[in-house]
Amino acid sequence: MAKSEIKSPLPGVFYRSPSPEEPNYKEVGDAVKAGDVVGLVEVMKTYTEVKAEADGTITAFAVENEDAIMPGQVIAELDT
Amino acid sequence: MGQSMGISKLLIANRGEIAVRIIRAAREMGITTVQVYSAADASSLAVEMADEAVEIGPPPATKSYLSIEAVLNAAKQTGADAVHPGYGFLAENAEFADAVEAAGMSFVGPSGDMIRSMGDKASARKAAQEAGVPTVPGSDGIIDDLDVANALASKIGFPVMIKATAGGGGRGIRVAQNAEEFAKLAPQAAAEAKSAFGDGGLYMEKLIAKARHIEVQILGDGTSFVHCFERECSLQRRRQKVWEEGPSAALNDEVREKLCASAVALAAAVKYRGAGTVEYLYDDESGDFYFIEMNTRIQVEHPVSEMITGIDLVTEMIAIAGGTPLSMTQDQIKLRGHAIEVRINAEDPANNFSPFPGIVSDFRTPGGPGVRFDHMLYDGYAIPPFYDSLVGKLIVHAHTREAAIARLARAITELKTGSLKTTAPLFTALANDPDVQVGNFHTKWLEPWLEQNAHTLSDDKGENA
Repeated sequence: MAKSEIKSPLPGVFYRSPSPEEPNYKEVGDAVKAGDVVGLVEVMKTYTEVKAEADGTITAFAVENEDAIMPGQVIAELDT
Repeated sequence: MGQSMGISKLLIANRGEIAVRIIRAAREMGITTVQVYSAADASSLAVEMADEAVEIGPPPATKSYLSIEAVLNAAKQTGADAVHPGYGFLAENAEFADAVEAAGMSFVGPSGDMIRSMGDKASARKAAQEAGVPTVPGSDGIIDDLDVANALASKIGFPVMIKATAGGGGRGIRVAQNAEEFAKLAPQAAAEAKSAFGDGGLYMEKLIAKARHIEVQILGDGTSFVHCFERECSLQRRRQKVWEEGPSAALNDEVREKLCASAVALAAAVKYRGAGTVEYLYDDESGDFYFIEMNTRIQVEHPVSEMITGIDLVTEMIAIAGGTPLSMTQDQIKLRGHAIEVRINAEDPANNFSPFPGIVSDFRTPGGPGVRFDHMLYDGYAIPPFYDSLVGKLIVHAHTREAAIARLARAITELKTGSLKTTAPLFTALANDPDVQVGNFHTKWLEPWLEQNAHTLSDDKGENA
C-alpha cells in the first residue's frame, strides 16, 4: 500500500465536523474516495471544504479539531 | 472626569482596528491600556500601541478572544479596573458583562441584564412597543391555528412572510403576495414545521420589499439619553454592511426627527447606559419605519456619527462606564454635513470577494481635508487568516453628500496596500454609480449590482509595485 497525504490549500482554523453538534466527517480507519470531504478550513469567517484527492483509508489525522493551520499543512494521512 | 469612580486602567478585549480606536480614546483620557492578544496577533498594531499587552491563547478565537476565563485572568493579572469589549467577540455576551462586574471591574457597555433583554428578539420587540416605537407588523409569537393565521395575515397587510419558527435564519421562509397565496402556503409551512420540529406553529411578519436599513446612534448614562442622528447602511453584501453613511438621503427633517426621537424613547424606557444603536427598516414608499433590533455595543460604523456630530462616542462610553454623566444635552448635538464610511476588507472583489490574508506592502494612507482612516495596517504586516476580514475603515466628511462622494473617490486613489488585495475597488465603482450618487438603493440593491459589475472590480493598478 502506498501512503498519501491530504493537505489544506488555505491557512485558517481546521474543523473536523460541519458544526459542533454534528459528527466528524471522517474517523481514522474510514475509507475515503477522491472528492470526499474530510474537514473544513475557516478563513476569515469563510468556510472551505478540504477534500481527499485519492481513494484510500485514513490512517491518522495530523491536526486536531480547531487547530490553526498553514497553507500546505498536512491534515490527514491515507493508505491508498 | 468622575473623581473616585473614573477608570484608570482599561483592558481591551478585542483586536484589529477597533482595538486601535479604543487605545486612542483611552490615551486621550489619560487611561492606561492593556491589550489582550492571541498568538496570531503578537505583531499587531494594537499590541504595539498599548501600554501593556497580555497573550491569552492560541489563534482560534474560541480559545483566545472568546474565552471569558482567559480575558478575565488577564484583567486581574494586570490590575485593570475596566474592560472594553469592542464589537463582535464578547461584546454582546451577557455572561461576560456579568463576570466583569462580579470581578469588581467596570464593563464598558450596559449591564448583563440589558444585553440579555435586548438580545432576545421577543423581549426587545416588546420593549420597543411599550416605548411607542413602531415594530414590523407581525404575529407577536407563534400561531397554531390556521384560521387565526388567515385572519391575522389580512390584518398585517400583504405581502406577508411566513416562517416555520420564530427566528432560525432564512430557512423555510415563504412569501404570500395575497390572501389566496397565503391560504395555499400557510398549510405547507405548518406541515413542514410539524415534520421538522414536531410543532406546526407559524410566525408571520409583514414583508417590506425595498426597505432601507437605517439606524440611530444613541448614548445614555441611565438618566439622560441623546441621539447622534442616523446612519443608513443599505448597501450590503450577504447581510454584511459595506458602505455606511449619515445622514440618510432618504429622510426628510420631519421623519428624521420622529425616527431619532423614537430611538431616544426606547433608550429612556429601558434606562440605557452606554453607547447603543437602534436599527430600523425604512419603507421609502410609505415613509414608515419599523424597529428591528437594538445593538448594545459600539458599532463598526460609529465614525460616521462622530464625523457628523463631532462627538467622540468611544470616549463617551468609557466615561459613562466610569460613572461620569453624559457630557452633552440633545440641543448641543448638531448635524453637520455628510459622512460616508466604507469597509476596507482583505478580500479579492474580482474573485467573488474571497478572503485574502496577504501581506501589506508599499503602504500609503489617504489624507487631506475631511478624511479619516481607522485601520490596523502597517508596511509588511501579514493579515492573520483567523479573524474577520475587516482591516480598515475609510471615512470621509464634507458639507454635502455629493462632495462626500467625490472626496471618497479621491481618497481611495491615495490608499495603497501593494500586494494585499482589498475591497477598495468596489467603492471606486460605487462612488461612480448613478444610483449611488442619488442615494437610490435599498438592502437588496447591491447583490444584483455585483452580479453585473463584479468582473470590473480589479485593482491591477494598485497591485504592481
